[in-house]
Amino acid sequence: MTADLAESKLIQGRTGAWEIVIGLEVHAQVASKSKLFSGAAVGFGAGPNEQVSLVDAAMPGMLPVLNRYCVEQAVKTGLGLRAEINRTSRFARKNYFYPDLPQGYQISQFDQPVVGEGVVEVERDDGSSFEVRIERLHLEQDAGKLIHDLSPSESYVDLNRAGTALMEIVSRPDMRSSDEAVAYFKKLRTILIYLGTCDGDMEKGNMRADVNVSVRKPGEGLGTRCEIKNVNSFRFMQQAIEYEARRQIEILEDGGKIDQETRLFDPNKVETRSMRSKEEAHDYRYFPDPDLLPLVIEEAWIEDIRRSLPELPDDKRKRFMSEYGLSAYDAGILIAEQARADYFEAAAKGRDAKLVANWVTNALLANLAKDGHDIEASPLKPEAINELVGLIEDGSISSKIAKEVFDRMWAGEGSPKAIVDKHGLVQVNDTGAIEKAIDEIMVANPDKVEAVKDKPQAMGWFVGQVMKATGGKANPAAVNDLLKSKLGV
Amino acid sequence: MAVDVATVRRVAHLARIAEPEDRLQAIVGELNGILAWIEQLNEVDVQGVEPMTTAVEATTPLRADEVTDGGDPERILANAPKAADGFFVVPKVVE
Repeated sequence: MTADLAESKLIQGRTGAWEIVIGLEVHAQVASKSKLFSGAAVGFGAGPNEQVSLVDAAMPGMLPVLNRYCVEQAVKTGLGLRAEINRTSRFARKNYFYPDLPQGYQISQFDQPVVGEGVVEVERDDGSSFEVRIERLHLEQDAGKLIHDLSPSESYVDLNRAGTALMEIVSRPDMRSSDEAVAYFKKLRTILIYLGTCDGDMEKGNMRADVNVSVRKPGEGLGTRCEIKNVNSFRFMQQAIEYEARRQIEILEDGGKIDQETRLFDPNKVETRSMRSKEEAHDYRYFPDPDLLPLVIEEAWIEDIRRSLPELPDDKRKRFMSEYGLSAYDAGILIAEQARADYFEAAAKGRDAKLVANWVTNALLANLAKDGHDIEASPLKPEAINELVGLIEDGSISSKIAKEVFDRMWAGEGSPKAIVDKHGLVQVNDTGAIEKAIDEIMVANPDKVEAVKDKPQAMGWFVGQVMKATGGKANPAAVNDLLKSKLGV
Repeated sequence: MAVDVATVRRVAHLARIAEPEDRLQAIVGELNGILAWIEQLNEVDVQGVEPMTTAVEATTPLRADEVTDGGDPERILANAPKAADGFFVVPKVVE
């Protein structure tokens, strides 16, 4: 990281510049059918306590049995994060009392997680990139859900979510701005969706983050951090970090000190506030869960999983740049979603890939966003874009006319060829017709013809007139060449 | 290692075990007796020995990802001190 880049991320306070230091603990729900330690279903929208086994409800004598698929997804994610897979790992009890946790402890992993250190390369908006180190990934149970608004004096408990498998992915404090934290969170989500290990649905809470924020004067050691719990959108993450950093800087500049605590982000007030109720519970007294034997993963199993990995976002981006000659920026937009990348590759078959990339990243994505469609549900199929670009390539239409054709395609008028035929949009390549138009304009405007001799840039006016006279269909290159020779510029 | 009254009070609270104040001193004595007895283990040299967390020389069994359980909320709620509309009902916990 260069000094200039670091400089631009600092926050100015009354006593000088401050640096924000951010680390993320991301909880990603494993896309499994059943729970981590029981055969109850995982799903959204079932009636209260419909998806609960006696294990999840912590009835006496019930024993947990580990879900093989969940282990496989954790390993797969670890490989996708270029992390080491621990051949032996262990489950531990994290003890605390809360009504959403019937066991009185969460089964998690402590000193021997299933996945160890890894690294994620993250791209900034300006095309530069930085690395975020992964400290670990471990498997753990989710808690149940509390509902507070069904009664003024009581809380209702639904254990459907209790026992659902989560992957907790812990980063090192390697981010220095809210932009970087959001970029990392987005990149992690893209990787998980590519791998298919988590659906990344943040609205349903299937992916959420605890954000650790501290501030320091540049060059100093780490400051005391606060943890903002359960942030479940990119925008909230940005706002929570900005607010929290300002809050800490104000306290420190007033001569105060930061209390290490858990805070909650309130999206309505756009502020974080202390969650005092959970403070005393921070003594978790972890110990190895006596109900579960060590998890041993054979090398052959890891290799099987490695072979099943799809092409990952970073590899796809590199391939799009080398194979199709795309810019890092265009490639980055296209690989951000797997479906988008697939769409592009289908549309680019046998065509000028850069031209196709332009149409996909500009006109298509803009129209999809405007009408609120996912690319999977795009009214225009990749074949239509392929055909449109084909018409530009063979000179049938100009890029300018192509935009009109695209708009008509979007409006449902049919295939590009049909639209071009129906509206007579074929580009005029016939130099005779273009020459005729030029001659007429020159005869009608002798003063302009004179003026262009001193001011060659005035030729633009003639180009405009010729295009107007030909209904925008004249081949722009032919118009330019003919004008140059006729006007003598 | 020895514990004092404050530690016992804290551990009891964390485990949600209600111990009357006048019992605490007695428990301190009992626990310290047990701890001292266990401390004799420190005499064994365990240099280079992996911590043993289970006496069973086996690894954890794994099950297939299939839905085989659930779908019986009445059974789940059968022993609940209070339930309503399919939910457990507990005294209000406020964030």
